[in-house]
Amino acid sequence: MKGFAAIYRKELYSLFASPIFYVVAVVFLLISGYFLYSAVAYYNILSFQASQNPMALKQLNTTDMVIRPFLMDVSIVLLLISPLLTMRLYAEERKSGTIELLFTYPVSDLSTLLAKFLAVLSAFLIILAGTLPGMFLLGYVGDPNWKALLCGYLGVALLGGAFLALGLFTSSLTQNQIVAAVLSFGALLMFWIIGWLKNLVDPGMARFVEYISITRHFESFTKGVLDTRDLIYYLLFIVLFLFFTLRQMESYRWRG
Amino acid sequence: MIEAEGLTKFYGPLAAIRDVTFQVEKGEVVGFLGPNGAGKSTTIRILTCFMPPSMGVARVDGLDCFERSLEVRRKVGYLPENVPLYTDLTVRRFLRFSAGAKAVEARNMESEIRRVIGICGLEKVSNRIIGHLSKGYRQRVGLAQALVNNPPVLVLDEPTIGLDPSQIIEIRRLIQELREEHTVLLSSHILPEVAQICQRVLIINKGMIVATDSPLNLTHQLQRSAQIIVEVEDGAAQALTQVVQGIDGVQSVSVQDEKGSRLLVESDRSRELRPEIARLVVEKGLKLLELKLVDLSLEDIFMQLVTEESSQTSSEEEAQS
Repeated sequence: MKGFAAIYRKELYSLFASPIFYVVAVVFLLISGYFLYSAVAYYNILSFQASQNPMALKQLNTTDMVIRPFLMDVSIVLLLISPLLTMRLYAEERKSGTIELLFTYPVSDLSTLLAKFLAVLSAFLIILAGTLPGMFLLGYVGDPNWKALLCGYLGVALLGGAFLALGLFTSSLTQNQIVAAVLSFGALLMFWIIGWLKNLVDPGMARFVEYISITRHFESFTKGVLDTRDLIYYLLFIVLFLFFTLRQMESYRWRG
Repeated sequence: MIEAEGLTKFYGPLAAIRDVTFQVEKGEVVGFLGPNGAGKSTTIRILTCFMPPSMGVARVDGLDCFERSLEVRRKVGYLPENVPLYTDLTVRRFLRFSAGAKAVEARNMESEIRRVIGICGLEKVSNRIIGHLSKGYRQRVGLAQALVNNPPVLVLDEPTIGLDPSQIIEIRRLIQELREEHTVLLSSHILPEVAQICQRVLIINKGMIVATDSPLNLTHQLQRSAQIIVEVEDGAAQALTQVVQGIDGVQSVSVQDEKGSRLLVESDRSRELRPEIARLVVEKGLKLLELKLVDLSLEDIFMQLVTEESSQTSSEEEAQS
């Protein structure tokens, strides 16, 4: 596992040395900051109106009115930026030929894969941590349900992990980073919108379509509900795409 | 140390190499020679565990490259063709990465990096970003990463390609120094280089090994006739032709240049004709300016082996025209 640490460190370094990381981080934080602001502002207006109506006041809470819409919005931004973080992971190595170096060092393909995945996941979590000050601010002015908040963040982390695993896979398919990013974006969007089909297909199919939809499993996290089915869905998703990547690299070796 | 047994690799229906078999003994420096596209890199990639062969077995130090890939990779330092490097890292950081990937112990890490930086003469650039280095330095960084963790086997794919003459000489000297401790397999299409550095040459063409021997033996085997150049004063060569033709053992004589001063004599290898020719020239009252035996260079041998078919067809064409 020694080789793992070396590759993990190198990948993180390469990520932090490239401008892509910073551009992605700034754009992500700006947009999510805007979403948080608008959610809070909207909540503010509603609270004023509700102050004249005690019945409505009971239904107002920050988890439902601020955190939930905020996390849903964040997940959309995530859909847009995660392909940019993953696109270079294997594609660049293939393009520049360094993959030959990497594949002839005494490190197993699995260690390499996990190192790359965990490096990009770490980078993503660092970006996500940038939204935490907003949450603390929210805690200062309001009274959010911290457990639900934590659950929501776990959901974002898992969703991000799933996006990155798929992105890693598309990056292993090609030596062109743009192609990798577009493929990843397209595939993620498919997983996103496939749930819309549920009213159009027969009931058995509808349940399947609903199950594989990547957003449906995210919703319960944003409500503060930790359901093992959703947890397992994301873990399976990640493992499956990492497995595909591993097989793809093996096939790449054979084809040469 | 390195064994290849019937290695065959297909890219789709196309066989890049076919039934490649050879051995490299411990401590040898072997040159792998062939024109571009002959299958050098494919063979090397199989030996370094980058790709598995379609058929056949490759072994390093008795270990199968496919079955025990990780163990083999620990024993092999590899400089791939075109020297791919992580251009966004500094030299030191890159070597630290290599050392980590090759499982160098943390406490030996710095001394190991210092060692390879010293061998390859990278002290001055060790904190510069690889992407900003010249081709020559990059080549040395590539060599340095191959040397990290002191592997017993070094495989260098075109180590001198794209370098200027002084850099080439430097890299060659480096390889000469390495032969003491390592078994080296290096590929090249530059022949004098191989003749200088290597004890043995493997010549590969169209995916098949066509010859393997020391440069000297190859020269002897393939040289069917001896060639002697005789230089006399201008215009006198023609007169000499007839006389030299008469010497026993001479196969052909021809005037080489327009001034008529150089004569090329082809003769039987087994006989020494130079004293005889010298005597005749002097007897004729001509001034002898030069008399030398021309050895077939490795280049000629290579051309003979690699272009055997094509040269035959072209000479036929010449005959027809």
